[in-house]
Amino acid sequence: MNSKQLFFLLLAYCCWVGCGNGNALPILSKPITENGVSSFERISDFQFIDQDSQLITPATFADKVYVVDFFFTSCPTICPTLAKEMKRIYKHFETEDKVRLLSHTIDPKRDTVGRLATYAQNLEVSSDKWHFVTGDKTALFEIADDYFNIVLEDPSVPEGFDHSGRIVLVDTNGHIRAFCNGTNPEEVDRFIKDIEQLLEEYKAI
Amino acid sequence: MRIKYRLTASLAALLLFLFFYSCKDTPYQQGKILYEISCANCHMEDGSGLEGLIPPLADSDYYRQNILESACLIRNGMEGKVVVNGRTYEQPMPNNDRLTEFEITNILNYINSAWYDDLPYVKLADVRRTLNACTE
Repeated sequence: MNSKQLFFLLLAYCCWVGCGNGNALPILSKPITENGVSSFERISDFQFIDQDSQLITPATFADKVYVVDFFFTSCPTICPTLAKEMKRIYKHFETEDKVRLLSHTIDPKRDTVGRLATYAQNLEVSSDKWHFVTGDKTALFEIADDYFNIVLEDPSVPEGFDHSGRIVLVDTNGHIRAFCNGTNPEEVDRFIKDIEQLLEEYKAI
Repeated sequence: MRIKYRLTASLAALLLFLFFYSCKDTPYQQGKILYEISCANCHMEDGSGLEGLIPPLADSDYYRQNILESACLIRNGMEGKVVVNGRTYEQPMPNNDRLTEFEITNILNYINSAWYDDLPYVKLADVRRTLNACTE
């Protein structure tokens, strides 16, 4: 192989690698080293109950990508806007079976299964696709951390909870691949494109 | 000389533009700002509400029939069922006791002007009388 051939081979390789990386959505989860192999932190195991009294665990989302947020039904601040944007995501992927949505209440004392069922019904969404979950309060607050969300109990804010309205995208490996501010429609537009891009990645395999 | 003339002409055009532009602006600026701070989170910036959870304020038969009474709802919140445009809503509305009667009047006038063509100007005196008679 002469130097010219080598040059073109290298060029082709760079293009291939470059393109590959360009199409892949980055993994945003924390890098870790497991038994000497570097990988990324996964979402911790969880067990919650949804609006149909179904047990929701990571197995619920096996082979699915899912979109996560935190809210509570009596929230007078960012939640209705967040719900409106989540509903937009829901509508966009209504017929895409690989996409699911998961909303956690941070007010399990008031947000019972019955109340979540009414909420979901009034939002006109199917419980197979969009799970509204409640459960142990500590577990709910702790899992928020895994999803890059901050949840705090704060008596000085309306209705007593402070939380960030972040919407997060989790892939089939439990890795976070994208997030956005769920109260900003332009960011959510971009986020929807990120979901589409991730779905393309699975189709390409 | 000619440059001076041109300058005057463009200045006049600019003033005319600004004049018409400002006339097109919303006449209830404070009401709009207060609406965005106190109401838009739930009722949305365009007054459309949210599905079966939060009733609309734009094109709402309930609002149309209860303009002054809405002052009480803004101040004291609301619980129980309410039917708006044929649909039943039961999500409680939080109270807002920090708003003055003057600010509530401005909010109502903003709502009236933003989403209705035919609703009358709401007077402070009427809002005051209604607020004094609110049943909690």
